[in-house]
Amino acid sequence: MDLLLDAVVTGVLLGCFYGAVSLGLSVSFGLLDVPHVAHPAFLVLASYGVFIINEQYGIDPLIAGLLITPLFFVFGLIAYRLYYETFEKRGSDAGVRGIAFFFGVAFIIEVLIIIQFGVDQRAVTADYIGKSWRIADTRIPYRMLVAFAVAAALTIVLTLYLSRTFMGRAIRAVAQDQEALRLMGANPIRVKQWAFGIATAVLGIAGALLIIVAPVDPTLDRAYIGRTFCVVVMAGLGSMSGTLVAAIILGVAETIVTTMVGASWAPAISFAMLLGVLAVRPQGLFGRRS
Amino acid sequence: MKRSGAAFWIGAAAFLAVAFVMTKVIGNQYPFFAGYVILQFIALAVAWSILGGYAGYVNFGTSAFYGVGVYASVFLVKAFGAPLPVQILTAAAIGALMGFALGLLTLRMQGIFFSIATIALTIIIETVVTNWRYVGGAAGIQIQRPPVTAPFDNYVQLLFFIQAVLVVLAVAISRYIQNSWIGRGLQALKDDELAAECSGVPTLRLKLLACVISGALLCAVGAPGAMYLQYADPSSAFNLNYSVSTLAMSLIGGTAHWIGPVIGAIVLSTTQQLLTVTISSEVNVLVLGVMLVLFVVGAPEGIIGLARRIFHRSNEGRE
Amino acid sequence: MTMAPEAPAPLLRIVSLTKRFGGFTAVDNVSVDIRPGERFGLIGPNGSGKTTLINCISGAFRTEPGTVLFRDEDITSLQPHMRTRRGIARSFQIPRPFRSMTVAENLMVALDFAAHEHVSVAQRRDTMMGILTQMGLASKANAAATQLSQVELRKMELARAMATHPKLLISDEAMAGLSSSEVDEVLDLLMSLASHDITIIMIEHIMQAVMRFSDRVMCLDAGKIIAMGTPSEVMANQRVQEAYLGT
Repeated sequence: MDLLLDAVVTGVLLGCFYGAVSLGLSVSFGLLDVPHVAHPAFLVLASYGVFIINEQYGIDPLIAGLLITPLFFVFGLIAYRLYYETFEKRGSDAGVRGIAFFFGVAFIIEVLIIIQFGVDQRAVTADYIGKSWRIADTRIPYRMLVAFAVAAALTIVLTLYLSRTFMGRAIRAVAQDQEALRLMGANPIRVKQWAFGIATAVLGIAGALLIIVAPVDPTLDRAYIGRTFCVVVMAGLGSMSGTLVAAIILGVAETIVTTMVGASWAPAISFAMLLGVLAVRPQGLFGRRS
Repeated sequence: MKRSGAAFWIGAAAFLAVAFVMTKVIGNQYPFFAGYVILQFIALAVAWSILGGYAGYVNFGTSAFYGVGVYASVFLVKAFGAPLPVQILTAAAIGALMGFALGLLTLRMQGIFFSIATIALTIIIETVVTNWRYVGGAAGIQIQRPPVTAPFDNYVQLLFFIQAVLVVLAVAISRYIQNSWIGRGLQALKDDELAAECSGVPTLRLKLLACVISGALLCAVGAPGAMYLQYADPSSAFNLNYSVSTLAMSLIGGTAHWIGPVIGAIVLSTTQQLLTVTISSEVNVLVLGVMLVLFVVGAPEGIIGLARRIFHRSNEGRE
Repeated sequence: MTMAPEAPAPLLRIVSLTKRFGGFTAVDNVSVDIRPGERFGLIGPNGSGKTTLINCISGAFRTEPGTVLFRDEDITSLQPHMRTRRGIARSFQIPRPFRSMTVAENLMVALDFAAHEHVSVAQRRDTMMGILTQMGLASKANAAATQLSQVELRKMELARAMATHPKLLISDEAMAGLSSSEVDEVLDLLMSLASHDITIIMIEHIMQAVMRFSDRVMCLDAGKIIAMGTPSEVMANQRVQEAYLGT
């Protein structure tokens, strides 16, 4: 029983971390309908960015993550512009060609990282990495607590941004009715581009978490395609708090399976849940599209 | 119509004859090693585009079918010492069943969601195989090749020739579908499923048919892979690269005609084979990524589309 | 009880048909018989359930409860293509051509899949050209579907529907967005298609067209039948006027 409790605690923390790395996708795929399968590749790229700053200047990985967010914001603006010009503007089967396009981008990023850094794992150093907090029999690594706190903070900030600011409300409006937004005098494409920029900027911090939680290697993104899409689809496409809840469900499920059955089954969990959700509700649990 | 049919079969026979003569004349083994991979990708791309091209359901699960083909052979060899033809036929049968299951998915999912579901299936099947001790688990398994049978002197040459036969089979099926009522029905449902239904097209049955045929071929193409490498492990057999490469080849060539995937596969896999020799396997993946992005952005209709546009323009110039 | 000789068995019989989307009832307990050879007009304000009713007849939506009988056969649970093969064809409110094909190929899909008897390719081509000529589209046979004008697109949809050899043709707002001369053109076309063998249900917002076309008119409001009768009867109906004037 203790083992189960242990798994649940670890799972919740892990889930919060999954939430943090999925938030960006929740905006780009959930709200904007961009089939961004390169999201995890950008995530890993951010981790390597954090790694460089941490190694060169000894700056704390979280601060390093914050430092690269403006750069990723610009990446996002460019990426969306490119996607819009080549796919959305032309109309038909944007989704399918888009997914092929982003797979191509993901592969390019993977190889560029390999060429620069090799295939070995890379890690960062910080005071809270490698130590843990003991309560009774449970040991909770500090790095997981950091991930938990940052994830919670990110979710709150994004939720507030989307509900309280003018631009945030415009982003949510564009997801629901592009025409209505146009009538209000806003340019939906600008709004979407901005939103995609935010979604990518968030990856700067998420990438820091990724490399804080465990060492990264160039092809780690493949393991996160399933996890991030599972979380976003389960969350109901575009809900930030839903994303965190879905991520916690996934985290707990993965941890329980790892403890009870074996770690080798863990990769299938997210995909099995994803498939289950898709089979029951093809548009996600609380799909907003009719 | 009739004449192009005859030309096609003469071409196919000539292709097989050349492949066979090559095994007799060329002493060096390397061309067969490289050639096998190219032929394998041609067959995969052609098989994939029956569903992904004609019907427009983009299947990212090529790796799942390929890997299951490989492991069907592994299991049959280990359990019964089954010969190669049995391995291929069994793999085709399993692939057809998997295709049927995939076809049922199309009932509820379209577009991106279908594609994501196929990725999910791949990882789930890979995980199951990884946990299946009998076929070696995560560590993989060594496989002994049986002695080669006449008229071939070498097992790789045999595999090369068999893969050439699979290419002809896949192309013949794809070509038949394209020119028949099946192709027209698939094209209609790709354009608009409801309008197709209301024009009398049995969309579900056609989608199931396309999935079954495509799945059977994809698995069959994977089956000789175990004997080719004399080794199999889940992370290579189910590598996502197969899915993305196959998709890329079809898109690069163009999916509107059966020749598209053939051209795309030859262009991409030949480039990759040449680069692997001279540079490294990472560059392989880079080429794949760059070509995919370039073509999807710059030439959405693929090489066929480009050729048609150029042909059109020169025609107009003449008038 | 004897059947009166002038009342033949209905071609299409809809019995207590209801269609709900979540908590919203789009079609509410509708029953109606359509007689063979009839020109039947279906009117009602936006969102009154006209297109939903058509989708239930052609099979795009599953209905429950309710029954749809076509030529005395229960087709309630048949898939759309089976209904098409039995003789129910339709056009769409927003045209849905096969975009990657030419006009001729659009029709060939219908001829390939819905033709009743086995006929040669040459015969099917003849049939296709016959229909295109009748529709005034013969010169566009080899044009891409995406290059057609709005009125040509409407005609092509009707032509594709005719290529399935329908006994019942449902025209869903085939005149929406057309100029008045084009409306007359399509109306004449529909008039010429109607015959003893081809029954037509016409959904339309353009009141003049419906009134000229129909033998009988049914008006829906909020999913319910509020009036049925000759065009003049329905036009004179108090509730129809209220529904349209929105009082």
